Amino acid sequence: MRSYLPAYDMRVPLELDEALETMAREPGEWKPFAGGTDLMVLLEQGKLADKKFLSVARLKGLRGFALTDDHVTLGAMITYRQVQTTAILQQEFPLLCRAAYETGGIATQNRGTLGGNIANASPAADSPPALLVYDAELELVSASRTRWVPYAGFHLGYKRMDMRPEEVIRNIRLPRTKKNWRQYYRKVGTRRAQAISKVCFAGAALVEHGEIGDVRIALGSVAPTVLRCRKTEALLRGKLTAEMIRAAGDELAREIQPIDDFRSTARYRMRVAQKLLEEFLLGLIAPPAGEPA
Amino acid sequence: MQSDSMADRFIGKSIPRREGREKVTGRATYVDDMVMPDMLHGVTVRSPVARGRLSGIRFAKGIPWDEFTIVTAKDIPGKNCVALILDDQPCLADQVVNHAEEPVLLLAHADQYLLEEARRAVELDIEPLPPVFTIGDSLARKQVIWGEDNIFKSFLVESGDVESAWSRAHLIIEGEYQTGAQEQLYIEPQGMIATFDAEDGLTVWGSMQCPYYVHRALMTLLDLQVNQVRVIQTETGGGFGGKEEYPSMIAGHAALLAWKSGKPVKIVYDRMEDMAATTKRHPSRTRHRTAVTREGKLLAMDIEFVVDGGAYATLSPVVLSRGTIHAAGPYFCPNVRIRSKAVATNFPPHGAFRGFGAPQSIFALERQMDQAAKALGLAPEEFRRRNFVKEGERLAVGQVVREKIDMAALMERALELSDYSAKRQRFAKENPRRGVKKGIGLASFLHGAGFTGSGERYMASLVGAEATPEGQVRVLAASTEMGQGTTTVFSQIAAEALGVDYDMIEIVQPDTALVPNSGPTVASRTCMVVGKLVESAVLGIRQQLLSSSLLPDKYTSEQFRQACRKFIERHGALKSTSEYSTPAGIHWDDEKYRGDAYGAYAWAVYVAEVSVDMTTYEIRVDDFVAVQEVGRVINPVLATGQIEGGVAQGVGFALYENVVWQEGRMVNNQMTNYIMPTSADLPRIRVFFEEVPYAHGPGGAKGIGELPIDGPAPAIVNAIENAIGVSIKRIPVTPEVLMEALESVHA
Amino acid sequence: MPEAPKVAVSFAVNGEPRTVEAYPMARLLDILRRDLRLTGTKEGCGEGECGACSVLIDGELVNSCLVPVAQVEGCRITTIEGISGETLRAVQEAFVECGAAQCGICTPGMVLAAVTLIERHSAQPIEDDVRNGLAGNLCRCTGYMRIFEAVMQACEKSVGAGA
Repeated sequence: MRSYLPAYDMRVPLELDEALETMAREPGEWKPFAGGTDLMVLLEQGKLADKKFLSVARLKGLRGFALTDDHVTLGAMITYRQVQTTAILQQEFPLLCRAAYETGGIATQNRGTLGGNIANASPAADSPPALLVYDAELELVSASRTRWVPYAGFHLGYKRMDMRPEEVIRNIRLPRTKKNWRQYYRKVGTRRAQAISKVCFAGAALVEHGEIGDVRIALGSVAPTVLRCRKTEALLRGKLTAEMIRAAGDELAREIQPIDDFRSTARYRMRVAQKLLEEFLLGLIAPPAGEPA
Repeated sequence: MQSDSMADRFIGKSIPRREGREKVTGRATYVDDMVMPDMLHGVTVRSPVARGRLSGIRFAKGIPWDEFTIVTAKDIPGKNCVALILDDQPCLADQVVNHAEEPVLLLAHADQYLLEEARRAVELDIEPLPPVFTIGDSLARKQVIWGEDNIFKSFLVESGDVESAWSRAHLIIEGEYQTGAQEQLYIEPQGMIATFDAEDGLTVWGSMQCPYYVHRALMTLLDLQVNQVRVIQTETGGGFGGKEEYPSMIAGHAALLAWKSGKPVKIVYDRMEDMAATTKRHPSRTRHRTAVTREGKLLAMDIEFVVDGGAYATLSPVVLSRGTIHAAGPYFCPNVRIRSKAVATNFPPHGAFRGFGAPQSIFALERQMDQAAKALGLAPEEFRRRNFVKEGERLAVGQVVREKIDMAALMERALELSDYSAKRQRFAKENPRRGVKKGIGLASFLHGAGFTGSGERYMASLVGAEATPEGQVRVLAASTEMGQGTTTVFSQIAAEALGVDYDMIEIVQPDTALVPNSGPTVASRTCMVVGKLVESAVLGIRQQLLSSSLLPDKYTSEQFRQACRKFIERHGALKSTSEYSTPAGIHWDDEKYRGDAYGAYAWAVYVAEVSVDMTTYEIRVDDFVAVQEVGRVINPVLATGQIEGGVAQGVGFALYENVVWQEGRMVNNQMTNYIMPTSADLPRIRVFFEEVPYAHGPGGAKGIGELPIDGPAPAIVNAIENAIGVSIKRIPVTPEVLMEALESVHA
Repeated sequence: MPEAPKVAVSFAVNGEPRTVEAYPMARLLDILRRDLRLTGTKEGCGEGECGACSVLIDGELVNSCLVPVAQVEGCRITTIEGISGETLRAVQEAFVECGAAQCGICTPGMVLAAVTLIERHSAQPIEDDVRNGLAGNLCRCTGYMRIFEAVMQACEKSVGAGA
């Protein structure tokens, strides 16, 4: 334990309102603490700069669930385990379930939360690329107001978010628009399980009569934030050709900014990101199981 | 007294581990589970730089320093060194530091949290000096950082006349191979508790493999007599060599703090400190130059083997020795020259890790053998078949192979069990159309059991046995249980020798106050060498009972009990000691470095099947076959477990475990970033044994602890070459390395 | 140095109600091992990677090195010392018989993970289910083969017993 533990405080509010009032009264002083699977590692290393925490993991107000014809709304404190066992997510948002399955091990999945993962803002996080592909929206709530923001605009830069110090992520809303899209997720980690990603690719495409009508591509671990690759997406419309695939790969190389670190190299990340894009796109040409070519 | 004609009751049976119950219920007690009244915690302040002159130590304000026990080099009552081979390593740095994480100062306090604050508040004034971080720079003497020439040790092994062979060669194949550092990563971090008082002297409990190494080091450090130091091994959560010599350092630190404070002191490392500061496998660089004849026979092998020892000698001379002797493998070659060196660099000292030099030199050799096969247009297995050493022929150090080993047959079996030929054909046919390419490769090797050369003779190991009035036979040995099954195997050997119930045998906890020095728990010697002494020690008990006519020739367990009771009533005690003596016919010449390097070898052929994903460059081992000849399998479940565990570590060595250094410091010193295989990363490991009994091993057994980590890396990298046609000469082969290798071929 | 006040946290450990006075961010692992002297749960890495510190909180497997004690107010915690039942007995017996424990330091966590895995599967898992299900518990000694065998064996016995 590399930190001076007595310097750290944690309060456990019983209601969301109580937490929000505390945060509003002393903006920036109290930080929300969810499952702890990221923050406690920092504490152990002696790198946890914040000292005062409000435990929000079990607040009912952050554990909601709503299903309408148009949306699935998940409380921010939904755990990775719960994501994997929620029927509508298995049916219509398989990439999110896949990301949750690949995050840590079972013990991590029992504690780690989607909201905590988003707010931790690691560019290597596994769920954010799936959330971007699904056009997720976040509900940010404070003592004085509520607002919805598209997740795509949430990460402003490395560990900088469109979130005020007195706000907490309450809900993650997923429009039920990708049911019929072809979907692809691949995380390349340092090993098969319990691995931090070196490159993470989420993609979805609306393919009708052999033509791409719309597409979403998002990557993790190749930029200071999770990245939606809009320029690459823009090249992918209509009938998919070898030329289009090549051009998309070149554009991707311009959109992403991978680095060298002690897990991997920029060149590896670049090359593999392009290959994952290619694998995703080639998979679109082949018909899904059960359909004629 | 084993008899082959009668079924053995215990030997060859999978008797469950003796301490198994304690381990599965969480009752087994490891050092960090122990507390003592008034106990302080201790931490180590370490150098942040790899090399420099230490000019001062400053204590920042804000910490109640008067509450702390503080120890520096100046406090050391005895000799400031960690006594081992060359005694060059200080226990606490004094005026110079030679590696990052070198210990400089010790602190103790009852409050663990305050202790961490205090550790951060100590500032070391160090003027940096230029460090050396590569084998090349060390050999070139860019800086002389150790002795006269940076060389801890060197060896020359010669057979025949290598220089005369080149002109006669049909082909000459050259290659350079490199292996990186590897962290032992025992799941229980290093830890010690020490107490000191004028009456009882110094007592140390902790996680360790070699109580008597620690004992000797503490006597030297604190200037104490033999009976003033007591070292007790606690349940040890993995060692693999990482707790062979390092415990002497941490025990010394706990002891100094206990001595100065007058209170019990516990030091337990957190994972980050353990990984950054303690020993790792020696990185290596091997250069091979091999001459072959037109018939595909080895004509000459010229091998240059260098290991990076880090900043101090520690065990480098012995690691070098084993790596050197194993460098030419299980082959017959009339002309061999092995020139080896262990060199100094400013990394934290490298040390013992299962295999101990052999995994490094065997990696190079087995890769080189595949290159030679390729140059000749022969299949790898055919080239080996033509060159395996046979009974009656000599190994590179001149040792005549007296064992009835048939490597060709062993290899046949491995190839059959792995479906090698069919797979090789199928993969060659299917790979061109597949995005995931498959390959299969093999490695053939041997591993000498026991200390090299005259090591066992010098060690003169002792094992004791004593009977209790209830008829329990207590075995007294310094060999430690760390998961490999010492306690169980010794019990089996003793029970078999005496022919009594298994539960009558007790293995005493290794405690230097109670057990004699049977040597360290290393070098694959515990079963074969020490186990044999266990057998003779308990037979000594039986002999005394027989001689005193208290026991008939054939007896029951109950009769044995009665006999013990009567003997003790009559004579007061019933004890026996057995001392190692070199088996007849084993001769080693230390000067010439030739002769019978080891009493026995285990022999093996391993086959690895891999998949290489051409999208992500990830490599997966899909199947692994391990066939070995080991003399006698004392306990099949335990022996299989040893092979499986060693193979898993070998897979890590080959593909995953990469130490990232920056300025001489390990920066990926967390389990998140130092990648050990999880269960999802490993294949089914299929283990097969053959037994050609070794006359001097208990039940015929030879040592097997280290053997399994020698083979996986070369088998896997040979398989990768088979899969994608690219020859990689360094490990770990991470996807990044593979990608680079593929791209440089296509460039 | 400014210090947060210690707080009283009440929870059940192995069926017994306990209250501790602790710094709120103290790790549950340390509370169990030091304050409550339940040393069966081990520390291997302090970063949630090795699983040696696994315990059950309200029946779910978690790494106790990553749980601040303040968050377990009112929870039911089960450690290796307190877990019981048919599945556990089958797992422990199988571990001993199959050689699934070598040095033993990963074993308490592995046993807990195995028990929850078996109880989570309604039918007999296949080896791959076990291989992937135990991926959060690292073992350096065994190469996992004996552990899988033990879990499969325990499963057969449990499924048989419960059927």
